[in-house]
Amino acid sequence: MNNTVLSRYEELAQHAHTQWQQSGRNDKIIIQVGSATCENAAGATEVWREFERNIQASGRDDIILHQVGCTGRCSREPIVGVLMPGRMPVKYQRVTRDSAHQIFSRHIQGGEPVAELTLDQTMPRLKRQVILCEARHCGTRGDEDIFTVFQDEINRAGLDPEENTLIHVGALGFCSIHRKMISTCVMVRPENTVYFVKDRKDVQEIIAQHLVEGQIVDRLRCQEDPISLRFFDLYGDAAFFNRQTRISLRNAGVINPESLYEYIHYNGFRALSLSLSNGDPDWLVERVLESKLRGRGGGGYPTGRKWKDAHRHANDQRYLICNADEGDPGAFMDRSMLESDPYSVIEGMIIGGYAIGATRGFFYVRAEYPLAIKRIEKALAECRKHGLLGQNILGSDFSMDLEVRLGAGAFVCGEETALIHSIEGERGQPRIRPPFPTESGLWGKPTVINNVETFANIAPLLLYGSDWFASVGTEFSGGTKVFALAGKIQHTGLVEVPMGTTLREVVYNIGGGIPGGKQLKAIQTGGPAGGVIPAEYLDMPIDFDTLGRLGSIMGSGGMIVLDEDDCMVDVAKFFMTFCQGESCGKCTPCREGTKRMLEILERITMGKGEMEDLDKLERLASLVKNTSLCGLGRAAPNPILSTLRHFRDEYEAHVKEKRCPARKCKTLIHYEIDPAKCVGCTMCARNCPTNCISGGRKEVHVIDQVECIKCGRCFDVCRFDAVNRK
Amino acid sequence: MDVKVTDNRDEVFSKSKEALTPEIVAFIEDCTQKQHPNSHLINVLHKVQGHFGYLGKEQLDAVAQLLQVPTAKVTGVATFYHFFRLEPRGRFVINICLGTACYVKGAERVCERLCDELGIHVGETTPDGMFSLEGTRCVGTCGLAPVVLVNDTVFGEVTPDQIPALIESHIKKAQAMEKESVV
Repeated sequence: MNNTVLSRYEELAQHAHTQWQQSGRNDKIIIQVGSATCENAAGATEVWREFERNIQASGRDDIILHQVGCTGRCSREPIVGVLMPGRMPVKYQRVTRDSAHQIFSRHIQGGEPVAELTLDQTMPRLKRQVILCEARHCGTRGDEDIFTVFQDEINRAGLDPEENTLIHVGALGFCSIHRKMISTCVMVRPENTVYFVKDRKDVQEIIAQHLVEGQIVDRLRCQEDPISLRFFDLYGDAAFFNRQTRISLRNAGVINPESLYEYIHYNGFRALSLSLSNGDPDWLVERVLESKLRGRGGGGYPTGRKWKDAHRHANDQRYLICNADEGDPGAFMDRSMLESDPYSVIEGMIIGGYAIGATRGFFYVRAEYPLAIKRIEKALAECRKHGLLGQNILGSDFSMDLEVRLGAGAFVCGEETALIHSIEGERGQPRIRPPFPTESGLWGKPTVINNVETFANIAPLLLYGSDWFASVGTEFSGGTKVFALAGKIQHTGLVEVPMGTTLREVVYNIGGGIPGGKQLKAIQTGGPAGGVIPAEYLDMPIDFDTLGRLGSIMGSGGMIVLDEDDCMVDVAKFFMTFCQGESCGKCTPCREGTKRMLEILERITMGKGEMEDLDKLERLASLVKNTSLCGLGRAAPNPILSTLRHFRDEYEAHVKEKRCPARKCKTLIHYEIDPAKCVGCTMCARNCPTNCISGGRKEVHVIDQVECIKCGRCFDVCRFDAVNRK
Repeated sequence: MDVKVTDNRDEVFSKSKEALTPEIVAFIEDCTQKQHPNSHLINVLHKVQGHFGYLGKEQLDAVAQLLQVPTAKVTGVATFYHFFRLEPRGRFVINICLGTACYVKGAERVCERLCDELGIHVGETTPDGMFSLEGTRCVGTCGLAPVVLVNDTVFGEVTPDQIPALIESHIKKAQAMEKESVV
């Protein structure tokens, strides 16, 4: 029977490959257009239609318009990739209808990339690119730095350095294959050949044969299919991407999220077929334990242990739930994963179901994510059609089905027991644990709840080895974490880095730092349940434990960058407003405590606070933290406690001096016009909504402080910097 | 003594069906055939709100009858979740994202400008029934912060100064639609 599973899978895989071949992908031009909520909001649908029209008008049949998910390069969307056979892929940013037309006529018809529209303005002259991995597993024998060796040899061979570039990337993620020998991973584009280079001799051989002659050096070549090959093939030259390690987001922006065959073509469902043919759920649980995978939803509970707990409790029925109720404001990795690669989450869930013996599983998705819901539904239907879901999956004796249940905008439903109540059709209120859901969960049966990202990690972990997965992260936490980088940062978007990467790497090397020459003040992690990390801890490696020690949490991975213009008391107030509004009202500490804490914060930001308010706030915060019923209440005071811990001086400035150092709290600031700078252009007076600015043309203007509502419009519109915020 | 039992179940059922659309009734009947029919309550309410735009008292009663769940529970669920509305809304629902990224990037000022221009507060509808202004939980497009949604369309990187034009364009859109329907 085990052979049945494998042969059934091979049949599917064969079919997928045939489809791939038949589509003529290898020798046609491919135009990739992103298609996630964010891409569409940025105008991707318009761009898609424009390309459609252009292709039709040109009458060419050698162009494929390919829909892909989102890569997570949010601030530059919509992103369009143009792949021509034998050429380096070119990506365009912020494409509009007009620029789509330009790209089509100049690049696709004319053959010359439109340099000024490309992502990061990477040189479209590029013929070949050598990418060196600098992950900690990569290294060479001897003391020569492989990068310099490559540089030397390229020069010596007389190659044009503008056409043949050399770059370093954070990690190619190919370590799974070569970990037993000392060598460096090198990828040569556009052929996307991966080599393992040990010394100068190898370098010379690659340059002489591959770069000069265009012949692949078989002796040094990696024969397997490394996990992020496709990703780096497409995005390896963009600075934002090449410092990342993509495991759970491996297919995002690479495959068509609505095509099962494309997913299978990139090794999709292979891990499932291996698990089913192995026939031993305990073996699976052991692998997950070994990989040190910890729950990505925020708690960081070891996934393997959770599975083991559920498996231990004998019962005729067990349930598996995928928590896609991504309620943290500022986190969007789950949405992106479900929209860009729904099959990998489904595969993770079926494997999970097999491991714990669940025959029914649920996706609990936010109703605010309509596109994600549509894509999951479609993916589930495809899986059922191909025998990957339902009765006797892939011909094995394991049966399981998945269904979608919608949330309805309650943050507390991210809590396990509240989520269970919500699926049961009740008000989403939590209950006391124990019993934990792994013992008594949905309808009283053992239930495992894992996050979207956790499930997306399951297939690669099995396919490339649990020891490899463990080696990617830190001692107690394996693998990578996806962060949703947003706020005051150059490059907003999704960043997947190994556990233990420093904040500096994420914020500066990947995120590109703070725009406008401003100073970084703090980084807020973990959403409303998290805390702030001041700029001085930038070199702290990030994982569950280090963030906890700093008074914050990993949470689901939202990372909001705050600069000097952000007031920390105001930030604490923002989160408290959120938690207060989301408190379900079941237990008193959370229901009443959040309200009182919010009142105190409001008092402080209004300039009516007293020093004893700070003590009260601290006492109340620790009370709520210690006595609330569920995780939401227990974590609600975190933003206050962590801002008080790291930014007490800001609180004191509000209370003692009635001053907001960041000039954010409205009641504590006022606007003034500098007579020396004002030229009397009347711009401010014309824009003032309350008409409280007086002064004629070419006269110095004055703001009437009594009438002023401090909307700041004069400050924004003045072109002479004459309006001061004090 | 004779106890007269009046069975008005059929009458109640047919009245309940009238309050909903045939598709929703079929969906509910389908749910009652499944295991744990009550667990589909939230999905049913989504369907009702998707069609009517809000959950009226009549509809809540009808759902309670057809799904055989106490009205108290249906109301309890409908009022617990933020997504559900018990009042009719304007033709264009303007949602301003209340997520952290949007807040940091100045959503508060966009919101003030919206209130200013529309002359209503968050949670209210303009007297002509054209616009409703609401705050929404993070829509997950933080890269485009601050974000405003008008019905299902996302507008990213909104500045307060874009607001008058945004409102104007939707009024024009409504007028154009009306003209079309007259023709």
